[in-house]
Amino acid sequence: MDIEKVDRILEEHEYRHSAIIGIMQDVQDIENYLPEETLRYISDKLELNLTKIFDVATFYKAFSLVPRGRHTIKVCCGTACHLAGAARNLDQVERTLHIKAEETTDDRMFSIETVNCLGACALAPVVVVDEDYYDAVKPGKIEKILSYYRSESER
Amino acid sequence: MQKIRTISDLEDIRESILQDKDSEKTIIRLCLSTGCRAQKSLKVNEALENEIKKYGLQNKIEIKKTGCHGFCEMGPIMVIEPANIFYCNVKPKYAGDIISETVLNGNVINRLLWKDPLTKELTKTEKDFPVYRKQRKNVFYNSGKIDPTDIDDYIAAGGYSALGKALATMTPPEIVKTVVDSGLRGRGGGGFPTGIKWRICSAAPGDIKYIIANGDEGDPGAFMDRSLMEGDPHAIIEGMIIAAFAIGANQGFIYIRKEYPIAIDHLSIAIKQAEECGLLGNDILGTGFNFTIKIDRGAGAFVCGEETALMISIEGRSGIPRSRPPYPAFEGLWGKPTVINNVETFANIPKIILKGADWYSSIGTSTSKGTKIFSLVGKVRNTGLIEVEMGTTLREIIFDIGGGVRKGKRFKAVQTGGPSGGCIPISRIDMPIDYDSLKDAGAIMGSGGMIVMDETSCMVDVARYFINFLLFESCGKCIPCREGLKQMHHILTNICEGLGEKGDIERLEELAHFMMATSLCGLGGTAPNPVLSTIRYFRDEYDAHIYDKKCSAGVCKNLFEYVIDAELCNGCTICKLKCPEKAISGEKKKPHSINPLLCIKCGICFNLCKREAIRVK
Repeated sequence: MDIEKVDRILEEHEYRHSAIIGIMQDVQDIENYLPEETLRYISDKLELNLTKIFDVATFYKAFSLVPRGRHTIKVCCGTACHLAGAARNLDQVERTLHIKAEETTDDRMFSIETVNCLGACALAPVVVVDEDYYDAVKPGKIEKILSYYRSESER
Repeated sequence: MQKIRTISDLEDIRESILQDKDSEKTIIRLCLSTGCRAQKSLKVNEALENEIKKYGLQNKIEIKKTGCHGFCEMGPIMVIEPANIFYCNVKPKYAGDIISETVLNGNVINRLLWKDPLTKELTKTEKDFPVYRKQRKNVFYNSGKIDPTDIDDYIAAGGYSALGKALATMTPPEIVKTVVDSGLRGRGGGGFPTGIKWRICSAAPGDIKYIIANGDEGDPGAFMDRSLMEGDPHAIIEGMIIAAFAIGANQGFIYIRKEYPIAIDHLSIAIKQAEECGLLGNDILGTGFNFTIKIDRGAGAFVCGEETALMISIEGRSGIPRSRPPYPAFEGLWGKPTVINNVETFANIPKIILKGADWYSSIGTSTSKGTKIFSLVGKVRNTGLIEVEMGTTLREIIFDIGGGVRKGKRFKAVQTGGPSGGCIPISRIDMPIDYDSLKDAGAIMGSGGMIVMDETSCMVDVARYFINFLLFESCGKCIPCREGLKQMHHILTNICEGLGEKGDIERLEELAHFMMATSLCGLGGTAPNPVLSTIRYFRDEYDAHIYDKKCSAGVCKNLFEYVIDAELCNGCTICKLKCPEKAISGEKKKPHSINPLLCIKCGICFNLCKREAIRVK
């Protein structure tokens, strides 16, 4: 990651140790994951032990230490979605992409994430691809949803 | 935006905002909250703007982008003033008709009105809805009415007058006393009396104190905090400023889940506007009182909803709870006395200050005062957010407001309180809801999620779902929670997969009591609730799974089969065509059949069949 960008983020957070979560969130917003060399750089600049940074990076589910796919498929597994059949939707996404939840396809096109609740319970079961919400999703609709993003990337 | 320097300034500015309002303008209130946005309300907004431009009516019509109305399932929702015509399921293609027919000619478009699924009656305005009739909107009053990104709108609706009153006419002890007397209890789940918390904190020694608003709404199935943060952020900020003044804090934090981007956005805007107006910062309203608020984003850890973990997360470390006491009111953020309340609790404060403790305590039951917002979701006909007086019965909530169970299915249970809560069966449906009655029934109030379950919900699976959820969210610090959940999950998975054996239920109960007695924080201490409450009320389902190897709800894949009812099947072939495993055979217009050896129970055919010929056996 661009050193200048990292410096800017650190400056915005006034080089505070307590802001490490916010700093890593900002890095991930740009890079889609937390590159190791960036974390090492942050550790040096903040004079904060690298193990402490990794402790936080591995504790919070939002952080990823490996690159993720171009499109992220979030399958909501909150209670309302679960009752409405979220597990079957997840099965179907996994079967279609030949990867498991929290994994990325070899071509780095898709990553699957499960989320606990997106607060859109009235629309259950919800699947979110990048920023697009799909409500009342049935397993039969998954293929069509995914192929839209596949063809969009080819265009 | 004008700077508000004194309390009389505030009233003058309110007057001038109200006078500036062009009463000739037609206002269209369009919901842009998460639920409606997911159903493309941004596109509707764009289409409406284009139509308004086309007619050259920019000076005559205003689109007000509001927060949630509560009726998310019917989104996108809009209300057209002054007649308050309520349109639902609005699509961009209807924008032309809405402007030309309704706004210009005053005609109501029937196909955009809500139709009662039972009576087929059309509903024209919000107050005619059966869903809204039993509700009492107190905290959720502004959401759906004001533009949450415009402080003027909040001030015009009477906003910040409670702050004015508190700063001008009340001393900090008087504010604390008012909150104590109101009987307000914490809306995050624990139900600790808010005023007592404030009193302890204000009496705690130390010059530096903090205020934290907990918006880390982690309970799956609950989204009232999100809607409140999105729809009425200034109410939360106003409540926080009053609390800060009462306990003597100068710095506040709002901790919000990162899964709620719109909430983060709206609160950030609201804080900035309040700073620009002089309602946050130094010398607020000329009283010499200083207070600032900072937003912290969560990073996807459920346990950070627990107050000690949340504070550790704000300090920039892994959110692992610590044992209490010392309670945060004595020793909180960075070791300083801290008041930490849920965002909904703070949103109650302005009304309590304005209308008084007596007014507030006259609402609700003897032990639980005021109103509570619930998210009513699951297998219920009308899903969304509702606000009712404490003491309303479950039957009123689920059947009168919620319209009963969907598709004519049978009601089985309602789950309240998220992963720390429990399942309440039909036998207790006439129970008035408050903190204590729910606890008595083996559940908790929690943040207010209510998930309705019908005969297609398997109660063993529900218990396993919550334990699985908590297993992943346990921080792992204390052994009872970390290992207890693992063992419970193991036993429940076995039961769901048909490997359950005699003694499993007793083992679950033993583990549950052990975890409740010895876990470090609330997560582990309440984790067994879903298991114990399902065993208590639905033991027959556990028995059917363990001894008969049957899941009559059709959820546990090893314990049921899909079969086609030959009498109902008309041989439309749709199931055969869509089956990914080619497990369905049959000729056109003749009954089909499923090969159980090939069937993977993906449920595609079950959902597709319009004649409901595919059954669970």
